[in-house]
Amino acid sequence: MKHLTELPILNPGLSRRRFVQGLAAGGVLLSLSPLARATGLLSGAGTKTGTANILSGTQFDLEIGESAVNFTGNPRIATTINGSLPAPTLRWREGDTVTIRVTNRLKETTSIHWHGIILPFEMDGVPGISFRGIQPGETFTYQFKVQQNGTYWYHSHSGMQEATGVYGAIIIDPAQDDPIRADREYVVQLSDWTDEDPMRVLAKLKMQGDYYNYNQPTAVDFFQDASRIGLKAAIDKRKMWNEMRMSPTDLADLSADVLTYLMNGTTPAGNWTGLFRPGERIRLRFINGAANTFYDVRIPGLQLTVVQADGINVEPVTVDEFRFGPGETYDVLVQPKDDAHTIFAQAMDRTGYARGTLATHAGLEAPVPAIDPVEWLSMGDMMGAMGGGMAGMSHGDMSGMDHGNMKGMNHAGMGHGAMTAAGASTEVRHARTEYGASIDMRVDTPRTNLDDPGIGLRNNGRRVLTLADLHTIGGPMDPRGAEREIELHLTGNMERYTWSFDGVEYGKSTPVRFHYGERVRIILHNDTMMTHPMHLHGMWSELETPDGQFLARRHTIPVQPAQRISFLVTADALGRWAWHCHLMLHMDTGMFREVVVA
Amino acid sequence: MKTTLNSSGIRIMNSLFKKKLLTAAMVTGVVLPLFAHGQTQHAGHAEHMPAAPKSSVPAEAAGMNHGTMDMSDMDHSSMDMTGMDHGSMSGMDHGSGEMDHGDMQMQGGSAPPDARDPDAYSDGFERNAGKYALPPSDALIMSDMHKFGSVYFDRLEYVKARSEEWAAYEGEAWYGTTYNRAVIKAEGEVAGGKLQEAETQLLWRHAVSTFWNTELGFRFDHADGAPNREWLAFGFNGLAPYWFEVDATAFVGPSGRTALALEAEYDILLTQKLYLQPRVEVNFHGKDDKRWGIGSGLTDGTAGLRVKYEITRQLVPYVGVEWASKFSKTADYAKAAGESRQETRFVTGLSFRF
Repeated sequence: MKHLTELPILNPGLSRRRFVQGLAAGGVLLSLSPLARATGLLSGAGTKTGTANILSGTQFDLEIGESAVNFTGNPRIATTINGSLPAPTLRWREGDTVTIRVTNRLKETTSIHWHGIILPFEMDGVPGISFRGIQPGETFTYQFKVQQNGTYWYHSHSGMQEATGVYGAIIIDPAQDDPIRADREYVVQLSDWTDEDPMRVLAKLKMQGDYYNYNQPTAVDFFQDASRIGLKAAIDKRKMWNEMRMSPTDLADLSADVLTYLMNGTTPAGNWTGLFRPGERIRLRFINGAANTFYDVRIPGLQLTVVQADGINVEPVTVDEFRFGPGETYDVLVQPKDDAHTIFAQAMDRTGYARGTLATHAGLEAPVPAIDPVEWLSMGDMMGAMGGGMAGMSHGDMSGMDHGNMKGMNHAGMGHGAMTAAGASTEVRHARTEYGASIDMRVDTPRTNLDDPGIGLRNNGRRVLTLADLHTIGGPMDPRGAEREIELHLTGNMERYTWSFDGVEYGKSTPVRFHYGERVRIILHNDTMMTHPMHLHGMWSELETPDGQFLARRHTIPVQPAQRISFLVTADALGRWAWHCHLMLHMDTGMFREVVVA
Repeated sequence: MKTTLNSSGIRIMNSLFKKKLLTAAMVTGVVLPLFAHGQTQHAGHAEHMPAAPKSSVPAEAAGMNHGTMDMSDMDHSSMDMTGMDHGSMSGMDHGSGEMDHGDMQMQGGSAPPDARDPDAYSDGFERNAGKYALPPSDALIMSDMHKFGSVYFDRLEYVKARSEEWAAYEGEAWYGTTYNRAVIKAEGEVAGGKLQEAETQLLWRHAVSTFWNTELGFRFDHADGAPNREWLAFGFNGLAPYWFEVDATAFVGPSGRTALALEAEYDILLTQKLYLQPRVEVNFHGKDDKRWGIGSGLTDGTAGLRVKYEITRQLVPYVGVEWASKFSKTADYAKAAGESRQETRFVTGLSFRF
């Protein structure tokens, strides 16, 4: 229980540890204190945090309003659904028609987007594209037929509300028996919280792109390197970064300096706990509902059997760890051996982690691993295939490398003989708008292999899931090959803090048109040094290998630095849709396009 | 003329930087190897920076390369900084005859004629118009259409020289979009409770390339006991390779007065919070201005070294030392007025922003 004496106003020496670890109590208790209310900061009621209530059936009433939270010792106001962070878990059944009445109790426009759900575009919940948004005091009724099953989530698509608490899980039970058998299941929704106004956070990044990066190379590092590897090597190691004015530790825009990492709305110190009985097989529905954070998730001592990605069942693959970005979901099966296991989800930039426990009794804990050291981005992350150290390789024969990496992962039992068309074109075509102030680099020799877990996870001694491990059961939804290709580049300028497609921010862009009914190949070519979780609304993104073999049906695909990936889309959903990076600030500063299916 | 001054001015600044700063014992070890590379291997270039004429940029100029790389030996540690534009590269020796350059130009440059059209996939569709579209009144407004602003005081300091002491300030405020901003720059000195000298600029800052902006506007000078001076200002600012923050502005005033101001700053991180900040500033004037004690040519220069500690990114106290010198005719004026031509100053101050 926190006392008023620990309010930062009275006790400015708030410990760093508490900020990163968060308050154990999650804040509701403090927010209920009459003294805290007297500060005038708290107007809403306390927020329910921890495991969310489950609402099921076909009729739902959701109310978006303000409520008080305290994750760090600083009382703050969150925007929440039914006073809960995360929002209530909605449990639907495939084939049902659901009706959700969403009432806006905020002073600003709000919305709910059903992430990964196939529905009419008017129900998709993107203000300015699908509908007008829900005005203050207004109730909007969403109604659509549920045509899929699995783990999904929902969140506001208005302003910065997805950073301030408007997100929750969706579980859709299959119309028939669920082929994934488990004795028990938990939603594990990861998110991130900032005590600052997210718009203010963005304003600070506009002042200085690396405002929140406290892992920058220092002169001390330089001398240490020089004595370890020699002066010349130490200089060489920094040369290209310095010349290009790029930071090798630019792993995340926001760090634990401003974020508190949450698991089911609970801080690491709060230790969200899921109980089980010994011998049980548990299904964990992992949802990354963060605004800004890629998480690397593992449960030390347990293997994770990944059975579903983005709501779609995949051939089970057993790993020690997986990385996922905002928007992505993974369902994993685990069988605990001990009485307590830590669910450890470190942020990709290694400044903090979310943490919870699977335990046989409340209050049990398992050791929490140390955060892995920060790794510098590699030359491959900057230059793609050329940076991979493959001396003597010419630009023309990149394919040799790709195929080598793909061996043994292709066609296993997927029965998609029709999909043997050649892969995506490898000719890099930068847009003419990629030569100006909006971008800070272009990659001419992208890497196309999908078996790289990414920076910080390479050769860490653990088996880490990669995109190449994912094989959707049943093959692609559409046997047709691509009728045409759309190549778009993911671009940005960290120094100016602006993000875009093809160097063009949303406000200056034109929509991308899909012909209704066509099967189109999308190539996303990442001309930045960050990983972007790319989310196309309304239609599935069917990820393929560089040589055109189907891998997995996703709604959100992470594209690594200097990587070029491709996926096929069946344009079966008329209307206007959003397509964007799911890092909220990237989306908001312009890495966003409208798609018109007509 | 302005452009010539800019590019040659940078070179002068760099050599001054070397002389004044690199000999300082505290930084030699850190800066010298890095900076030496930064200077010797780059063809001068500032991407699309309009102020830098291709033909007159000396090979060892400001180090504003654009990251063109020589891939022939696949040694990424040795980037070959070739010229700024493919069309004008023929005369430049870029140390590799074997490979087609321009293949791996990761920054800057200009779009080839066959570059992809970013609107090619729209089929004529527009946002908020046409089939399925919401009316413009319901348009989605994202932060890329917002304006942001910031106030930054780089120096708010107490200065102590041998026989004098005063307060000095230098800062800027900006407001606008990512690519176009209104900027106020202010710099001045206060002594004995009185504003001794103030230089204020009102500028339009326009982003022209990845790291560079142009600036266009007015400057107003005020000094105790001297007539006010007004100038038109045109310059550029941005980030040179190796993270040098560079500011270069040319001024034109009534009666044929011209001036050039160059400034560069660099942060050497000792820890994530503690850093050294060398800083140089030089000024040139095209014409004598006796009332202001200014002689034509190189007027004055300052080289400083500050030790800064970031309490937060927004609040940074510091201490430092600065060497200031007046040159040629300006020095003569100073001498005649009984002022020192060269002095060492100790500064204590605060950088802050919000």
